Amino acid sequence: MMKFDKDKLIIGAAGPVLALVSSFVLTMLVLLATGLDPIEPIRLMIDNAGFSDIQVLIVNQTGIYYLAALAVAIGFRMNLFNIGVDGQYRLAAMVSALVGASIELPGPLHILVIVLTAMLTGAFWAGIAGILKTTRGVSEVVSTIMLNAIATSLVAWLILPKNFGVQPEGSNNLTTGEIAESGWFPGIDMGEGNGVIYGFTFVALALGVVYWFVLNRTRFGFDLRATGASESAAQASGVDAKRMILTSMLLSGALAGLSGMPTLLGETHTYSLDFPVGVGFTAITIALLGRNHPVGIFFAALLFAFLEKTSSSLDVAGYPKEITKIMQGIIVIAVVVSYELVRRYGLRRQQQKVGEELAAGGALKTDKEVAA
Amino acid sequence: MGIASAALALSATACGKSSTDSGSSSTSSAGAVKAAIAYDIGGRGDQSFNDAAYAGLKKAEDELDVKGSEAEPSEGEGDADKVQRLTALARAGNNPVIGVGFAYAPAIEKVAKAYPKTTFGLIDDTSKTGPNIANLVFNEEQGSYLAGVAAAKASKTGTVGFIGGVEVPLIKKFEAGFVQGVKDTNPKAKVLTQYLTQPPNFDGFSKPDLGKAAAQGQLDKGADVIYAAAGLAGSGAIEATAKAGKWAIGVDSDQYNQKGLAAYKDHILTSVTKDVSDSVYNLIKSVKDGKPQSGEVRYGLATDGVGLATSNPAYSSMTEMVAAVDKAKKDIVDGKITVKTTP
Repeated sequence: MMKFDKDKLIIGAAGPVLALVSSFVLTMLVLLATGLDPIEPIRLMIDNAGFSDIQVLIVNQTGIYYLAALAVAIGFRMNLFNIGVDGQYRLAAMVSALVGASIELPGPLHILVIVLTAMLTGAFWAGIAGILKTTRGVSEVVSTIMLNAIATSLVAWLILPKNFGVQPEGSNNLTTGEIAESGWFPGIDMGEGNGVIYGFTFVALALGVVYWFVLNRTRFGFDLRATGASESAAQASGVDAKRMILTSMLLSGALAGLSGMPTLLGETHTYSLDFPVGVGFTAITIALLGRNHPVGIFFAALLFAFLEKTSSSLDVAGYPKEITKIMQGIIVIAVVVSYELVRRYGLRRQQQKVGEELAAGGALKTDKEVAA
Repeated sequence: MGIASAALALSATACGKSSTDSGSSSTSSAGAVKAAIAYDIGGRGDQSFNDAAYAGLKKAEDELDVKGSEAEPSEGEGDADKVQRLTALARAGNNPVIGVGFAYAPAIEKVAKAYPKTTFGLIDDTSKTGPNIANLVFNEEQGSYLAGVAAAKASKTGTVGFIGGVEVPLIKKFEAGFVQGVKDTNPKAKVLTQYLTQPPNFDGFSKPDLGKAAAQGQLDKGADVIYAAAGLAGSGAIEATAKAGKWAIGVDSDQYNQKGLAAYKDHILTSVTKDVSDSVYNLIKSVKDGKPQSGEVRYGLATDGVGLATSNPAYSSMTEMVAAVDKAKKDIVDGKITVKTTP
């Protein structure tokens, strides 16, 4: 029994490890090919990770990526590819910033209104793709990509000063106005010059636990995974597959909406033209790398935050910081390849083992094990 | 996963030390001035804004014996990353530290308070001020007005085009000035306006094919002078316009002299210059001289901070146009013409 579990764990971890190792090796080859020292940038990055201001940046970014990757993962578990997380994230951040700036409520209530607005906006935007899929059979891959583009235009239009935007005096930026202090999410101040850990990071981690619980310990989670595995089989066993598709799209969108909250409530307190973008796309890689598992996603998010934040000052030392982009890009490809390799290997190994045990006359025991 | 947990272990053990502690702030007072630039998205090599800032730093390195350093932003970063970058630069003893672009405003406000003895330069923004912040701003609309006058005079069809890179307030200043200049010169002239992308998609500043397609569209509609305020994307517009044998107007630096555009230079009527490099150089010099600039430092037509380039001989040969431009310039400097900053 124990041995079987250990095998599963090793096979589970082999995929990501294989992907990471190959991406590191290939990145070093790229550095060598361009005539640069392949070890020095890596050493600098590890050095940087020792500094507490960089650590704060890593922790905060991990929280942001974690939320966005959970949004992607919930779709993956349902066999839905929500590429629209980035659009949902941006639109939700913008609309909730707008609502947050236009009202004033006592502390917790103010924050709650902003957070709920973000979730509803994200869910609404993802829900459009969900409805299109359930009623017209439109692939969510196509519709969410298109909705990303529409979200860009919609936000650009909403933020014009003649609509809802504000152009601060003397600034070339456009914002949604500042959210009053009652709507700021308290964080942990790490001391002068080190920055603040966003309080919402802890909400993100807590949601990881909720994600795990809902998916693995509730009827809804079972239905969702069942539908993801085989829609027709789930339907035959009495699951309303269409409803599941819509629900998981809405949940995914709501989580995507939340991923803008650490930045909005902890740092900028407004949505402006330079609000961070691209979170939703990075999150797809993170969810893949983390195998849609809440713990796996956490480490994947941490890794990506680590790569990004520790590399940001590489150019000052004369190394291109784009090497982390190369690394991340290779991870995407390597993950897909290595998961497939590991899956085939695991399958073969299982067959082998069953065969061996059968040959040894342990058919009865094996039956039990397989059933377990 | 192994790497990630190693990173986690590192973070857990090495707390309490800040990356900015490693800077050698003590050495900076020994005479040599260290200056730093933090670039806008796009970084060095954008043939435009960031390159101009770098040119200013380079000039200071050559002429003032200043040691310069540069830092580039990462894609999709937030204010916290900018604060960290500026803090690291300030702590390393750089003075001044210059943020290129309005996106640095919130970060500079924070860091300037923590480093009151360091001068911070903030380009294109006056919304955040402080005793040690120099706001370096430009009257882009004035230079664009002159381009409008030149375009209206040079146009035979009475239709001219404006191409904006990304639809942001800064580029709208260019549009406002240009349109006003055209209309004041020839009220019947038609101005076609097009923006390449909407924020946060900043491709409109970097992808020449977008500029090319937009210029082609305007040429098809009869435009014979096209002004592109679109950074690197503008070179695509210049290419399309030159190939059609029409006039292009460049932006930011004198694009007639730009190597990458040498093949099309004969068709670059003029360029609206924005002297970012001088503003950077002046700020560094003021700090070195012990009289650091502070508050709003405005570069307009009056100080030649913005203007029209005259290096194309074809430009100077159109005497009627040159006279009209010179008159408009004088009127703006004298305050007889006020140029709008929003369309």
